[in-house]
Amino acid sequence: MRVLAVLAVVVIPLAAGATALVPWRQWAGWATTVANGTVLALGILLAVDTAHHHAIVAAGGALRADALSSFMVVVIGAVALLTSWQAVRYLQGEVERGRSSRRHASLYIVLVQVFVSCMLLAVLAADLGVMWVAVEATTIATTFLVGHRRTDGALEASWKYVIICSVGIALAFLGTVLVYFAALHVGGHAVGGGHVVAGGRTAAQGVGVLDWTSLMAHAHQLDPGVMRLAMALIVLGYGTKVGLTPMHSWLPDAHSQAPAPVSALMSGVLLSVAFYAILRFKAIADGALGHDYTRVLLVVLGLGSLLVAASLLIAQRDYKRMLAYSSVEHMGLIALGAAAGSSLAIAAVLLHILGHALAKTVLFLTSGEIMQVEGTSEIARVSALVSRRPALGGIFGVGLVALLGLPPFSLFVSELTMVRAEVAVGLGWVAAVSLVLMAVVFAAMTAHGRHLLLGGASPTDRAAPSPRVVTIPLVAALVACAAIGVVAWPLQSLLHAAARVVAG
Amino acid sequence: MSAALYVDALDLGAGAVLVCAVTTLWRRDLRANVSLLATQGVALGAVAGVQAARTGDAGLAVVAVLVLAAKGIAIPKLLSAVVRRDPRSRETAPLVNVPASLVAAGMLVVVAFLASSRLTALLPGSTARLAPLGLATVLVGFLVLVIRRKAVSQIIGLLLVDNGIALVAFVLTAGVPLVVELGASLDVLLVVVVLRLLAARMHTRFGPVDPDQLRELHD
Repeated sequence: MRVLAVLAVVVIPLAAGATALVPWRQWAGWATTVANGTVLALGILLAVDTAHHHAIVAAGGALRADALSSFMVVVIGAVALLTSWQAVRYLQGEVERGRSSRRHASLYIVLVQVFVSCMLLAVLAADLGVMWVAVEATTIATTFLVGHRRTDGALEASWKYVIICSVGIALAFLGTVLVYFAALHVGGHAVGGGHVVAGGRTAAQGVGVLDWTSLMAHAHQLDPGVMRLAMALIVLGYGTKVGLTPMHSWLPDAHSQAPAPVSALMSGVLLSVAFYAILRFKAIADGALGHDYTRVLLVVLGLGSLLVAASLLIAQRDYKRMLAYSSVEHMGLIALGAAAGSSLAIAAVLLHILGHALAKTVLFLTSGEIMQVEGTSEIARVSALVSRRPALGGIFGVGLVALLGLPPFSLFVSELTMVRAEVAVGLGWVAAVSLVLMAVVFAAMTAHGRHLLLGGASPTDRAAPSPRVVTIPLVAALVACAAIGVVAWPLQSLLHAAARVVAG
Repeated sequence: MSAALYVDALDLGAGAVLVCAVTTLWRRDLRANVSLLATQGVALGAVAGVQAARTGDAGLAVVAVLVLAAKGIAIPKLLSAVVRRDPRSRETAPLVNVPASLVAAGMLVVVAFLASSRLTALLPGSTARLAPLGLATVLVGFLVLVIRRKAVSQIIGLLLVDNGIALVAFVLTAGVPLVVELGASLDVLLVVVVLRLLAARMHTRFGPVDPDQLRELHD
């Protein structure tokens, strides 16, 4: 039964995507919403199970769900549910306005479901090579989603996105090859057992060598020289997909040009799925090299990301790009938390991934609605949303409060815990610098948010039809984010079990 | 075949992969670049084939055939279709001129040898000593990506990076596990298809404009 659940998690989104192979009908959109909701439910089921028991293995050992994987399935399921709910309205609107043909709309559904499925495969794959294949496949699935609006900007963004992410992820593949090489030559024996022919593979064809559990079991025997090179490539490679500076340049373009539900999926979960890959490899590298090597890499990239995000947020003119740079900031914070690497720090990182996913999804989805009714994504031309469009402005405002890490939302707890964990492992100066940069980001985003929500009514205030926001799921997401912040009990055992997986 | 012959064949194939990469920097004619890419794909397939024969690995033999078909034939065909549509199929204004980029390539080869000293030291006397050639190909691919501006040139740079990585995998470990290899090859093929579609879309929308000249999105 539990094994079936693991399989179903990967297959259900794909199956729902197949229903949309016929030209767009609203029921196909609802079918994907139901499917993604099922993924969330199954994810919670798996999480309850793996938080107290051992990992679940399925599909002949190809899929493996431990507490960390299950946690990621929950995050992916939650964001996928929210975005596909919203996408039904978005696509219906596009089709009714004649901006999108029915076939084009159904292509969107199919690609999004493939995208979600690939992310689920990435977090459930037992083999780190298969995980790479799945992460790279997300790039392919999302390219046309970024370019879905078929404007000049969308085309430019999707070109940049594929080129930069493919090159980045190619580096991660080279890193994976080197880890495989190191694993094949542990004292002349492959990790999977059997004798190695020089430069060749074992009789077992190298099957299982890239399996995460066997790599972890032999981590201390891996050649440190090879692992140093491999880990640098992996952090840079997957870091490109995470959006860490200096490889972040695709991110603001792609996130601002994609349709809002796609931006939410990319920012809310795709970045974190790539970071999940770094966490898995970090656990192996820590075994082979000790904590310091990966820590230095992550501190440099994390602080760089915070610095770039802070400086570009100050004078930001576009609210979708503002949200995109805020993703760079949060990924930087997560990298710093992972650099600390203690069990507490990793638990906080995971909580932050969940909180960021919920808050950012709500913000991107509402910003999509704002853009539809206001007709612009410029901050200067949108103001007084709270009085003009109370529902939309209210949700955006509360989302912003959550994203900025104010209590009672869970980001407050996770940011505080990450900082504490950094200080505890002797990274006090890193914590101090990150707090200063977070203050800059806070001030910049508060100023922009104030203008958007409360600023004087803009002269260009047109009487656009009031949007029928899908308020229920968005409010539910914010309530969940706050509830987790106040009472972490439903998650506590899961977070600690998940943190133990990679923090020893 | 004798062991020495295998080694010679591997040396030749791996050398050819790097030579094709460096020659790409030298030639600015895009047609020539695409045929160099095809040659490189064939050389890469040959390296995989020789490794398969040497280790008696049937899975790797399948991979060798696939590499030959995808990187030697299919991908170059896709690219030459794009090149043919562009009347001035030359890289007219690379950011760095040809002599300077060749000097840079020479330095990158040295860097590759230094960076991979640890890899070759782990298994002295094996085919692992060819890994620096793959790494150098990766670095030259990066150089092409940075200094060339045409859409097709950027795709070629990406493929050079990818071929270099494949070469490293073939000489270090006789390829990664079959399922990973197949998945990775499929991904690369799809990326090229996607890029080709985007390049065609850019061509119809903007005319013969380089992606470099698109400057709508910035801060």
